[in-house]
Amino acid sequence: MSRSIKKGPYVDTKLQAKVDALNKVNQKKVVKTWARDCTIIPEFVGHTFAVHNGNKFIPVYVHEAMVGHKLGEFAPTRIFRAHPGVRSEKSTSPA
Amino acid sequence: MARIAGVDLPKNKRAEIGLTYIYGIGRSTALEILKKSKVTPGKKVADLSDEEVATIRAIIQNDYKVEGALRSETQLNIKRLMDIGCYRGLRHRKGLPTRGQRTRTNSRTRKGKRKTVAGKKKAEKK
Repeated sequence: MSRSIKKGPYVDTKLQAKVDALNKVNQKKVVKTWARDCTIIPEFVGHTFAVHNGNKFIPVYVHEAMVGHKLGEFAPTRIFRAHPGVRSEKSTSPA
Repeated sequence: MARIAGVDLPKNKRAEIGLTYIYGIGRSTALEILKKSKVTPGKKVADLSDEEVATIRAIIQNDYKVEGALRSETQLNIKRLMDIGCYRGLRHRKGLPTRGQRTRTNSRTRKGKRKTVAGKKKAEKK
């Protein structure tokens, strides 16, 4: 079920305050954040966020096409190392 | 022979079914179109008059996205997901389900035919 329109998109208030402050002085700094569930709003475009993936911070540069997605979608939390036998097959047929 | 949106419609089917042979038109859209063009849904495709075919064709052309245009739109949407590097895009790249389904078993539609891995141990009975 999608979120009520009345409420608008969910944006982490603290993160938004930080970005607003950066926008005011026209600065671009990497913002460290744990707010993976925060929706990317147009104000975020052009900034780089260091999004926590549970282990370390993944740098995410936001561009226009990303608006409406959540920050966490760009910082994968799982690592998949290929099965030992499948490796040769993968190199021949890239997905 | 009724030819709409580059697809030949089967002659001996009812119009509401015949229209669903066009990619992007299902049962409900077909009924919607027939209602707008004032054609009885039960009429066989072969019995449609030229004017009726023309009105249906015009309605589809103006109001609906079908066949090639629709296919390319879905492809573009998928490409967008892959280009921005979000989770769904990564899953599309790997050919795995994108909506959080399990992949330990099943999800054969996305993964294709089973590839047996040599040396994988079967569960032993104790």
